[in-house]
Amino acid sequence: MSVNANSQTERRIVFLVLLLAVALPLIFPIGWKTEVSGYTKMAWNLIESTPDSVVVIFSFDYDPSTMTELQPMAEAMLEHAFSRNHKVLAMALWPQGAQMAEQAFAEAKKAYPDKAYGVDYINMGYKVAGIVAIQAMGRSMAEVFPTDQRGIKYQEIPMLKNIRTLKDIAYINSLSSGTPGIKEWVMAGRDAYGTPVTGGTTAVSAPGFFPYVNSQKQLHGMLGGLKAASEYEVLIGKIGSATTKMDAQSIAHLLILIFIAVGNVKAFRARRRRDAI
Amino acid sequence: MSFAGTFGLWMAVFFTFSIFSFLYKDNPFYKFAEQVFVGLSAAYWLVYLYYSIMLPNLFSKLISDFKGNLILLIPAALGIMMLMRIIPKTQWISRFPIAIMIGTSAGISMVRYAKSDLLSQISATMINPFAAVSVSAVIGNFLLIIGTICGVYFFYFSKKQEGLSAVPSKLGIWFLMISFGASFGYTVMARISLLIGRLEFILKDWLHIIK
Repeated sequence: MSVNANSQTERRIVFLVLLLAVALPLIFPIGWKTEVSGYTKMAWNLIESTPDSVVVIFSFDYDPSTMTELQPMAEAMLEHAFSRNHKVLAMALWPQGAQMAEQAFAEAKKAYPDKAYGVDYINMGYKVAGIVAIQAMGRSMAEVFPTDQRGIKYQEIPMLKNIRTLKDIAYINSLSSGTPGIKEWVMAGRDAYGTPVTGGTTAVSAPGFFPYVNSQKQLHGMLGGLKAASEYEVLIGKIGSATTKMDAQSIAHLLILIFIAVGNVKAFRARRRRDAI
Repeated sequence: MSFAGTFGLWMAVFFTFSIFSFLYKDNPFYKFAEQVFVGLSAAYWLVYLYYSIMLPNLFSKLISDFKGNLILLIPAALGIMMLMRIIPKTQWISRFPIAIMIGTSAGISMVRYAKSDLLSQISATMINPFAAVSVSAVIGNFLLIIGTICGVYFFYFSKKQEGLSAVPSKLGIWFLMISFGASFGYTVMARISLLIGRLEFILKDWLHIIK
C-alpha cells in the first residue's frame, strides 16, 4: 500500500472514531459536571443584578447555521431574564434572527407560560443596516421600529410606552455569529450611548471578542460556544440542550488531544527514520 | 407528522449523509448536495431579502405614500445603478453607488472604531496591576500589560531587532502563539459543536434514539 493510500485510510479511521466519540455520549450521557468560568458569571451577574420590570434588548444576530451553539445560550439567558421579570425586546441584525427569536420565546414560555406578548416580551423583527440601525436607535426607537414583527404599531405596545431611545434600555444582550453583531453593539450601544452590553458568540469568534471584556466594561462578560452555554445553564439550574451535549464535546476534545499526540509521535519517528537514511 | 414534514425530514437526512460522504471520498452524492445547497441558498436569499428589505422599506412605503417618501427614490436609483454591473457597457455606472457605500461606511466606522478599538482598548490596558482582589488577578493584570506591549512591539519594524531590543519581540511571539493556540482550540470546539448538532438531528429527530 502506498504512503498516500495509507494516510487516506488513517484519515477515514480518524473520522469514524470521532463520529463514534460524539455519537455515543449523546446516546449514553455520562453527566460530567461543568465548571463556570468568570466571563459567563459576569454575563449572568449583569442580568441578575438588573432590577425587575425594566426593558432589555435581546438581539438575535445569527441564523440556523450556528444555532447549535447560540440557541441554547439564547434560551438560557431568556429564561433568566424572564425569571428576573425583565421585559424583553427581541430584534435581529440578521434576516433569519427574527425566527430564531420566535423559537427561543416558544421554548422559554414552556417555563413561563404566563408571559404575555407585548407586555412581557416583543419581537420587533429584522432590521437592516447593522451599526447604522443601532445608531438610529440611539436617536429614536420608534423611527427604527415603526411596527413589530406582527404589524402592531410601536406606540400601541404596552411595554414600550416609556422607551424612547437606546438610553432607556437597561442592558443589551447580543447573540451573535458574525457581522453585524456583538461588535456593532459594543461600538454603538455601549461606547456611544453607554448602555451595558453582554452577549454570546460562537466558539470560533470568541477569542476576537474577549479583549472587549476589560476594565472599560465594553462588554459585561461573554459566552463563547457551547461550553459557555452549558455554564449558563448550570448558573440558572437548568439541564438544557447545551448541558446534554457537553459530554460529547468533552470526549471529542480528549480524542483530538490523543490524535495530536499520536500524530506528533509518528511525525517525530518518521523524521528520525529519514535522518538515519 | 404531516407528509410535508416527513418529506422535509428525509430530505434533510439525505443531504446530511450526502455531505458527510465526502469524508470517505469525493462522489456524485456530495456534488449533488453541494450544488443544490448553493442554488437553493441563492434563491432563498433573493426571495427572503426581497420580502424583508425591499418590500417593507421601499415598495410598500412608495405605494402607500409616494409623495411623502420621495427621498426613497435616491437609494432605489442607487440600487438600480449597482445592477448596471451586469451589462459590460454600463459597468462604469455601478462605481457611483459603490463609492457612496464605501465612503459612507468608512465615515461611520472610522469614529466608532477609533473609540472602541483604539482609545478604549488602550485605556483598558492602562491599569494599576496591583488594584485587584486576588493574587491570580494581579498576575493576570501583569500578563495583560506585558503581553500587550510585547505583542505590539513585535510589529515594530523601523529598527532591526537584535540584542536586547529583540527580547520583548521574542516575548511578543510567545504571547501571539499562545493566543493563536487558544483560537485554534476554540475553532475545534466550534466544529465539534456543528457535528454534535447534525448528529443530534439524526439521533433525535430522525431515529428517535435520544429524547
